[in-house]
Amino acid sequence: MSLQMISVILGSLTIASALMVVLSKHPIRSVIYLVITFFFISAMYILMNAQFLAIVNMIVYAGAIMVLFLFVLMLLNLNKEMEPETNRMGIISALVAGGTLFLVLITALRDTFQYGKGYTMVKVPEAGLVENLGKLLFSKYLVPFEISSILFIAAMVGAVLLAKREKQVID
Amino acid sequence: MDTGMLIEKSVLVILLFLISLGVAAYQTYFERKLAAWIQDRVGPDRAGPFGILQPIADGVKMFLKEDFIPAKADKWLFIIGPGISMFTALITSSVIPWGTNLNLFGRDISLQVADFNIGILFVFGVVSIGVYGIMIGGWASNNKYSLYGAIRASSQMISYELAMGISAITIVMLSGSLSLNDIVKSQHGMNWNIFYQPLAFFIFFITSLAELNRAPFDLPECESELIGGYHTEYSSMKLGLYLFSEYTSMFVSAAIMAILFFGGYNFPGMDAFSGNVLAILSIAAFALKIFLFIFVIMWIRWTIPRFRFDQLMHLGWKVLIPAAIVNMLVTGLVIAWNEGWM
Repeated sequence: MSLQMISVILGSLTIASALMVVLSKHPIRSVIYLVITFFFISAMYILMNAQFLAIVNMIVYAGAIMVLFLFVLMLLNLNKEMEPETNRMGIISALVAGGTLFLVLITALRDTFQYGKGYTMVKVPEAGLVENLGKLLFSKYLVPFEISSILFIAAMVGAVLLAKREKQVID
Repeated sequence: MDTGMLIEKSVLVILLFLISLGVAAYQTYFERKLAAWIQDRVGPDRAGPFGILQPIADGVKMFLKEDFIPAKADKWLFIIGPGISMFTALITSSVIPWGTNLNLFGRDISLQVADFNIGILFVFGVVSIGVYGIMIGGWASNNKYSLYGAIRASSQMISYELAMGISAITIVMLSGSLSLNDIVKSQHGMNWNIFYQPLAFFIFFITSLAELNRAPFDLPECESELIGGYHTEYSSMKLGLYLFSEYTSMFVSAAIMAILFFGGYNFPGMDAFSGNVLAILSIAAFALKIFLFIFVIMWIRWTIPRFRFDQLMHLGWKVLIPAAIVNMLVTGLVIAWNEGWM
């Protein structure tokens, strides 16, 4: 089986499971479909020889963020009957947001069709390995890397502050 | 890919699968015998000499029990839960280097199914998704005790994963590689990481116990508070799979601890041997280390009482994580000093 064929199969599976996230009526099942989608995306990364990204995607998204999602949903005990009613404003804003995203995706797709002709799928075979990624992050992309870490610290401080405030209310 | 490689890898995978299950089965026997010895009892002694056939009797019993699914349970998720647990417990063994290369039929056979260059991250990835089996099973049972167990499991595992990852990073810093094979090779000649990183080992060991849901951190199934915790509603072989996956993960995590801190398959004086003799001796040394770790984990279970949940969270977030971070920073400074970067 060629690489192209594997990527087509993986891509359609990813899209199918991503669609199931939206179509599934049950919030817990939606989360599980989302986890499956992340696994397929990880498989895509491995296909592109970006093993580090694949595993980090698995650890961070499938392993940590989605567990928290599931955790919250379990406590909320949502089911079909309790689904919130959608009002007109909600539908309009969802349409605008979704349409904008769709536009951006179409632009990106058009660009790949226009400029991406000559590219093979793996341009630099070793680009995704840890050594090369680390060297790039700490030389060429040092500033954005450090800025993103400041973002993380800001988020952490925010979380600590929120937790502290809650405690004062209880007292 | 050549056919020989396909055959040798398939044989290795099947062997590992059987060995993991066999070891897990006999761990239950060993645990019961050990508990009996610690509590001054006889333990299982009816099935076969010294009760050696007890795991088989247990297995048959598990299969013959009524397989019950509660009426209000989410049927599919209820069935998938134990499967996910078992899957995540078994898959980690694929990146473990079990010994030096074996030479059979003129082929150099590596005793590692997949030599990932990010093996240790793969282990953490599997550990981080391991909680899904318990969470999904606990939630799908539609029982408040199961739900409590599931929630406890998820918060416990997320909390302890952090300290575990940070303590293992020091090993990666020392050996300069994420591949488990390279980590083992870097500890050649009694150069074991335990001598350089005792604190990291201590933290890693405690967090492993918590990730395994073993006593003193077995709060997700805590029978004195939650009946059976996340597997309250499970019966028959579905329950069996949950219990089995705990023992399989214990086996695998004992192997991981031996690899990261105790030199994996390295043993003192291994340079005197070569070829297949070396391979067999290295497998034996590795097995001995795994056995010792399993023994210590069981010994702890029958010695130390269970933590309270707030104590568990306190230990994880306020003691282990700061200690792991300080350990990592000190290691980094020492490495930078030795390399002359400062």
